[in-house]
Amino acid sequence: MARFMLRRCGETLLVLLIMSFVIYSLIGLMPGDPLDVMLASAPGVTPEVVAHLRAIYGLDQPLLLRYWHWLMAALGGDFGFSRSHAQPALQVLAPALVETARLMLSAFTLSVVLALVLGIVAALRPGRALDSIISLAAFAGISVPVFWLALVLILVFAVELHWLPASGTTALGEHGFAAHMRHLLLPVVTLALFYTGQFSRFVRAAMIETLRMDHVRTARAKGAPERRVVLVHALRNAMIPVVTVMALSFGTLFSGALVTETMFAIPGMGKTIYDAILGNDYNLALTGLLFATLVTLLSNLVADLAYGWLDPRIVLT
Amino acid sequence: MSVSALEGAVVVEQAVGTWRLRWQRFRQHRGAMASLVALLLLLAFVLAAFPLQPLLDIDPYATDLLARFDPPSAQHLLGTDEAGRDVLLRLMIGGQVSLLVGVLATAIGGAFGVMLGVSAGYFGGRLDEFLMRFTDGMIALPLLPLLIVLGALDLTKLGFSAEFARSGAAGFWRIVVIISLVDWTATARIARASTLSIKERDFVRAAWASGAGPLYVMATHVLPNIATPLIVAITLTIGRVILLESVLSFLGFGVVPPTPSWGNMLNNAQELVTQAPALAIYPGLLIFITVIAVNFLGDGLQHAFDPRSDR
Repeated sequence: MARFMLRRCGETLLVLLIMSFVIYSLIGLMPGDPLDVMLASAPGVTPEVVAHLRAIYGLDQPLLLRYWHWLMAALGGDFGFSRSHAQPALQVLAPALVETARLMLSAFTLSVVLALVLGIVAALRPGRALDSIISLAAFAGISVPVFWLALVLILVFAVELHWLPASGTTALGEHGFAAHMRHLLLPVVTLALFYTGQFSRFVRAAMIETLRMDHVRTARAKGAPERRVVLVHALRNAMIPVVTVMALSFGTLFSGALVTETMFAIPGMGKTIYDAILGNDYNLALTGLLFATLVTLLSNLVADLAYGWLDPRIVLT
Repeated sequence: MSVSALEGAVVVEQAVGTWRLRWQRFRQHRGAMASLVALLLLLAFVLAAFPLQPLLDIDPYATDLLARFDPPSAQHLLGTDEAGRDVLLRLMIGGQVSLLVGVLATAIGGAFGVMLGVSAGYFGGRLDEFLMRFTDGMIALPLLPLLIVLGALDLTKLGFSAEFARSGAAGFWRIVVIISLVDWTATARIARASTLSIKERDFVRAAWASGAGPLYVMATHVLPNIATPLIVAITLTIGRVILLESVLSFLGFGVVPPTPSWGNMLNNAQELVTQAPALAIYPGLLIFITVIAVNFLGDGLQHAFDPRSDR
């Protein structure tokens, strides 16, 4: 187990290192470079001065050398300065990470709870009307474009009914807990719907399979109450594959969070990265993308470990 | 001669039987049948742009700022958009673009995934290890932020000419390529797993023992026998790809205006929601219907191909 953990951590670090180089190179291929952005506000600079500035900033050096310098600085905790926020990139991203974590965790929790209820109910009588309705809803959840769902929810609940705010967030202490929740409600529902659909299909499939197993039949034969058979004997075994899928999906919530944050103007990681790319804020985009990669990789690592912990039959080597 | 003819006849008979059985099982799946009809209707809808455009005599690209958000009329059956263009025609043409991106990116990414997965499964060992680590690494990346960066790349820095970089064709192919670059992992894994289960079977070993090369064995024995799980996986990929295209185009990093796509027709969503809510509904609704139909189709195929599944 210890060896497995060590190897997985090593792999995660390696992927992160490779990705840092890939992202660094890609950012370099985006339109313009930091100097173009500077010169745009200072016309009439001679080519000699431009060449000189390029040398000063090291932009004339080969890619590998520039990457090396960046990597060394980054390992020392210096991720550069965000142009558009006029702050170190890390200081911009720290509060954004909190916003995104809150959105992702709330949506994840909501979808897990809903999926467990819907999946179990559907699995109890497969093929019946209730199962068909839940299945249709699950398909709708995984098929709806997130940005359009956000648009429709804004249209209905904010523009037409005026029940909920269309955008923004409030800090917890600022306008009280109720205002905080009202702002969070639409984004969380938007993000949670896709995963509710996906998870409930996994829960249903796993439950149907487990309910057919011998130990469930034995439990019924002994006269255990149906509630206990389903919620204890079956659910426990069905959860092993389901938990893995759920944990593996957590990292992918980031993509959905990016769209949700953009639609509801939440200052999270996704929106920060999106705005940084739109605004040629290279350092911020680079650091944000690395953070996003780290978040995804770490959640996959946790998923792997959870798998071995849940099912003692699996020996991780 | 007669024996081989007989064998051929038996094989053909069986093949017809299998597919007829599958078609029967597919027809039992009401959702999948309804989806098949819905998809055919959608296809007819987007192709209707070809006869409709000369009939109504409208240029779907011509802007008319005096006719912004016009209500539906005899000429503009669904009204006009924020630049005074005909909404109905743009929905049709945008649909052609979105569907074509979906199919092309799935085909390219799928072909890559199948090649990678089959090679990994067939050759095994170090190659398998390496390719699967590569696939796992791909799966662990944040998809959308990466696609946005790829969509923002300056094509001239990659050696393309400036004219090409600005052309509509570049915008179209860029999105096809970048989506197929990332969305091959599911296909690859399924291809590998299926290949592993088939490669130790006697008929594959017999082919191998009689001197067939790996390429020949993969093409004639492995691929046809792993086709069914792949068809299901690839069908489901189309739905995912259409969703990815729409969100990228919506965010401004996919299909670029003036070429319409169901995603970029919602670019001005904020304005649409307040000024003309119906225009914010149509494109998304079409994406939704397409993707849910494709997903049901995949589910129906899975049901039809898997004799054990009884829903």
